[in-house]
Amino acid sequence: MLKQAIERLGNRTLQGVGRIGFAIRFFVAILLHSGTAFRRFGLTIREMYFSGVQSLIIILVSGLFVGMVLGLQGYETLQTYGSEDALGILVAMSLVRELGPVVAALLFASRAGSAITAEIGLMKATEQLSAMEMMAVDPIARVVAPRFWAGVISMPLLAALFSAMGIFGGYLVGVQLIGVDEGSFWSQMQSAVDFEQDILNGVIKSVVFGIAITTIALFEGYDAPPTAEGVSGATTRTVVTSSLAVLALDFVLTAFMFRGLS
Amino acid sequence: MQHDNLVEIEDVAFDYGARPVLKGINLTAKRGQVIAIMGSSGCGKTTLLRLIGGQIKPRQGTVRVAGESLGELNQAGLYRLRRKMGMLFQFGALFTDMTVFDNVAFQLREHSDLPEDAIRDMVLMKLHAVGLRGAAHLMPSELSGGMARRVALARAIALDPQLVMYDEPFAGLDPISLGITGNLIRRLTDTLGLTSILVTHDVHESLKIVDYVYFVSDGVIVAEGTADDIKASDLPYVHQFVHGEAEGPVTFHYPAAPYVEDLRLGGQSA
Repeated sequence: MLKQAIERLGNRTLQGVGRIGFAIRFFVAILLHSGTAFRRFGLTIREMYFSGVQSLIIILVSGLFVGMVLGLQGYETLQTYGSEDALGILVAMSLVRELGPVVAALLFASRAGSAITAEIGLMKATEQLSAMEMMAVDPIARVVAPRFWAGVISMPLLAALFSAMGIFGGYLVGVQLIGVDEGSFWSQMQSAVDFEQDILNGVIKSVVFGIAITTIALFEGYDAPPTAEGVSGATTRTVVTSSLAVLALDFVLTAFMFRGLS
Repeated sequence: MQHDNLVEIEDVAFDYGARPVLKGINLTAKRGQVIAIMGSSGCGKTTLLRLIGGQIKPRQGTVRVAGESLGELNQAGLYRLRRKMGMLFQFGALFTDMTVFDNVAFQLREHSDLPEDAIRDMVLMKLHAVGLRGAAHLMPSELSGGMARRVALARAIALDPQLVMYDEPFAGLDPISLGITGNLIRRLTDTLGLTSILVTHDVHESLKIVDYVYFVSDGVIVAEGTADDIKASDLPYVHQFVHGEAEGPVTFHYPAAPYVEDLRLGGQSA
């Protein structure tokens, strides 16, 4: 009994390590075969339309609502201390530093990541990737790399739009609905938010999230068993793994970026 | 100098994991011929095609296409050689996000700098050859199974390859499409000077069009010959296959423990 359990554990561990190794080799292969994605940038732009532009609705609407909630909750808390003028700072800081990159990444993982995995997995299951290889076209260069770069480029743009919509939502609720002073809302925000410390770090975060999500999504699709069950399992794994990866990476990045800031 | 044999396979063996699939295969395809590789499902026919295409490497033996040994080529060399090959996958494997036209134009756009006008003419010629010029604007999802396979055939011959491989070209076709596909393979082979290798288990349709047949069973070639040789053959395996008999060297039952034992009717047996 015990021996079997240990054998199973060892087997699982070996398989897991093997998969991580495959994923890293896959990631390196994407980087090495990225020439086509830039030489024929039209391919990448097409994928940016599918993963970026088509995610706009969910990103913009979610951003607006998150910002509106921040406005309500922030006002509730701040007015206890009589500092409701600082609502602009609270909304902007929360969005630009954390919520923008993280929530946009989580939405991107479930909207675009799952679609990428399903598409690549089905292309593999229907032998489209094999057919491409037989036509002397490298599927990593032609199919995978453009999707990777499209995701990496789209992610920070989506996060920025999410934050912008969120700030607008906070403004709607805080200034237009509750009646916080408009001048102090914007001017306090402007003086408190630092370009390098806050905005740039947020952008770096979302680039890292973009790399993580698209790599996981593409790898799961490429590695999926060529069956209906295999593709559906891979799609689920993409959403779960990339969401967890985003949250874990966010902690690590935050620890490095904002440690010891006043 | 042109080699007379376009494809030469010598003593090739291949395993999937611990399971041996091919155990020492010898096979040649002469230029201009239609060759059929036959055998029951799962006997390693498709594996053989993947070996010729260089998608997998044999455990032992050599595969030579157009005089070049696939095992000695790097990725670039393999891709160069594959431009001389076309492959028709079992269900077509058309790119579902492109129209029929773009599917056929795919290789021309990837591998050449031809102006779009020239590509248009070439694509329409290939589509005309398979009788689907009028379907150029359709998406693959709008095609029937037989039409999809003809489009895939047009795509496979887009770069005027020397060798075209067909994986089960007759599977799942209605009788009319069956005849059309068979004639198309023969006609294209003759008019374009191709060499065709068919993997199939459709004896009757393929015997009408092929020059030479190899029978694969249990990882080895058990019989070979011209279509007439095969029809007249009295080898038990070939006879069973050609006449579709249930009993013969190929058994109906997958290997299993004795029936009585499985049903636990043995009583005293251990």
